[in-house]
Amino acid sequence: MKRVAAVGVSQTRFQPRHPDKNYADLIYDVTTGALKDAGMTIGQIDNVVTVSNDFWDGRTISSMAVMDACGSYGKNVSTVEGDGTLGALYGAMRIWSGSFGTTLVVAHSKGSEGSPFLITNAMFDPFYHRPLGLDAISSAALQAQAYIDRRRARVEDWARVSVKNHRNAKLNPFAQLPMDVTVEQVMASPVKATPLKRLDCSPVSDGAAAVILAGEDRVGESRQKPVWLKGVGYAAELHYLGDRDLSHPRALELAAQKAYSMAGIKDPKEEIDFLEVYDAFSYMESLWLEGLGICSAGEGGKLTREGITEMKGKLPVNASGGVLSAHAVLVAGLVRFIEGVLQIRGAAGAHQLDRAGMGLAHGINGPCGQSHCVWILGKN
Amino acid sequence: MGKRVAITGFGQTHHSARRWDVNGLELIQEAVARALADAELTLKDIDAVVIGNMDHFEGINYVDTWSVEGCGAFLKPIFKVTTGGTTGSTVGIAAYYHVASGLFDHVLAIGWEKNSESDTTGAIITCSDPIWDRFSYSGAIPSLAVEASAYMKKYGIKQEDAARVTVRDRGNAVKNPYAHLRMAVTVEDVMRSPMLTEPIKLLDICPRSDGAAAVIFSSEDRAEKTCPQPAWVHSVSVRHDTTWFGDIDYTEIHSLASAAKEAFRLAGIRDPWKELDICELYMPYSFAGLKWIESIGFCGPGQAPRLLWDGETDMGGTLPMNPSGGVLSTNCIGATALLRVGEVAHQIMGKADKRQVPDVRLGMATGFGGCFWSDVMILGAEKP
Repeated sequence: MKRVAAVGVSQTRFQPRHPDKNYADLIYDVTTGALKDAGMTIGQIDNVVTVSNDFWDGRTISSMAVMDACGSYGKNVSTVEGDGTLGALYGAMRIWSGSFGTTLVVAHSKGSEGSPFLITNAMFDPFYHRPLGLDAISSAALQAQAYIDRRRARVEDWARVSVKNHRNAKLNPFAQLPMDVTVEQVMASPVKATPLKRLDCSPVSDGAAAVILAGEDRVGESRQKPVWLKGVGYAAELHYLGDRDLSHPRALELAAQKAYSMAGIKDPKEEIDFLEVYDAFSYMESLWLEGLGICSAGEGGKLTREGITEMKGKLPVNASGGVLSAHAVLVAGLVRFIEGVLQIRGAAGAHQLDRAGMGLAHGINGPCGQSHCVWILGKN
Repeated sequence: MGKRVAITGFGQTHHSARRWDVNGLELIQEAVARALADAELTLKDIDAVVIGNMDHFEGINYVDTWSVEGCGAFLKPIFKVTTGGTTGSTVGIAAYYHVASGLFDHVLAIGWEKNSESDTTGAIITCSDPIWDRFSYSGAIPSLAVEASAYMKKYGIKQEDAARVTVRDRGNAVKNPYAHLRMAVTVEDVMRSPMLTEPIKLLDICPRSDGAAAVIFSSEDRAEKTCPQPAWVHSVSVRHDTTWFGDIDYTEIHSLASAAKEAFRLAGIRDPWKELDICELYMPYSFAGLKWIESIGFCGPGQAPRLLWDGETDMGGTLPMNPSGGVLSTNCIGATALLRVGEVAHQIMGKADKRQVPDVRLGMATGFGGCFWSDVMILGAEKP
């Protein structure tokens, strides 16, 4: 299997609305942005993978809207309907297969144009679960409550995640919600669904992102230093919430083990320098750290409480501000991947970490992290 | 090229207008169980799953995670790909890359649709641009009627010529126990059927069906170990070129011409008409069975009617097309193109029962969808 690297990246600024851009405009911006970042032309792109969702776009065959904007004319192109980390995975598979030398992966979402309640209610079983009014927020609240009940998780620790990530976002020009908030302010913010409060929840953003991947024989075409795809793993667990132990992310454990073994990582918390995880809700950052094997079950909150996940801590998590600070659905996973690339390149600007040789990027799909994708990115 | 990949199993549901007896998950499970039985594998052998359909037909979002209990992806890798009508071939091609990448040994590809739960045309219309195209775009049939009219005018094609395509495909479907519409029709039947959009009549167009297809793609050593006659993937090609209906050149289907050309080149095929033994072509209406086989290069422009009337594409002809009965007989949209792939695989494996074409060594499957998009997969009995 030949080695594959990320050689070009681009993201838009994430905003509550991009009123001046349609889907194709956003994709055109990040496509040209990634090509410029790599110093490559569209002629050097062998194939394209787009990422979009018909529900979020309000359009069937949502990829149709961006086929010309991503420069796929005359090329082999396909569409992943799922998190951007999975789009990057399909893009990499196509190079690993030996069929292509380079892949452009693009993702877009405009949360402002849809109803997040109706769209996320539609991911549940239509007969038993939808009539209950479940959506992304209320199902996450069930998971958060299970986390409290089974693992003695503390809501104050989640508030610290929110404080940290919004503060980190102040150093990231692409983030939507850079701000100083206190634990008290998070705790006092209006309840969305018990036990989640407004500042425990991510926004719904408009934005897009793009990554150019290249096989080892083609990385020289980019002016950027390659960031290597060292390992990847992904897995899903059962759909019905009642069939899952929501406080125990089994699929994430499996995905992480796969990614670590592919990357030759034996002790993730020692060997990985930083993480970008999909914190759609504050508690998720703590829970996913447990699933990733960074700490044992029930210890996720402690990592934040003790400052270990701070930018200056031993293991920084979401130096970019995370999904809590910018959440274009589907795109956000690809942004975690891009942030990993920028950190390893040493090009993360104001939120650059001192030690960034090996990073982890993570995305989720389905309710309460039913499906996870874990990437290990490295300098060498 | 990467690792060699072969198809080692194929299963499909019994398709019909309404499968009242099953829900979506059960429909998927029916196809998966048959594919596993066909490959003599169990769910434990499956390393990853890739699934596809068109969301707005069933109104289910995040189908990959919703379907886990039906497709057997519990604690396995799964993601969803979707590209409209081409979804089935997109799924098959994705499964090919999954295995060719070296990450997995057995990958399950699933396409499904329960069209009876949808307002099919209502959903399809939303593929067009909401500002510039949607006010005038009225679904699949009228846009195909534009194509048919342009083709008829240019080459003097008659409606009866297209009817001959329906006669072939519906006739073949009689021998396929899984097909949705199993009834032989005559040219006169087609001509007498109600006009939908000039020149397309009821019997010129595909039905909308409930159904699912599952195909197992395996790595070289596993395929050789577990399958007496695998169907090897010789090449795949994809062209999804157009975004706007107004940009389409209706005189030729360029995406299919370009994808077929690339697929033939990659598979080392110089004369597809002579070298191929069978085709399963995603042709959603009868006129496609003429014009599109010209675009593939089976004959010159305007010459397809002669091939049809001479029986060259019938069972027993030079190049039998759609022995399964094709899309004109069964159309569960997300599964439709994957059925083409599975049918070619079964022909190569010698498992096509009463619709078996003798000694199939090389076959072609296509997918059609989106905005006149095309996918091609070439399968063969010999290792590429």
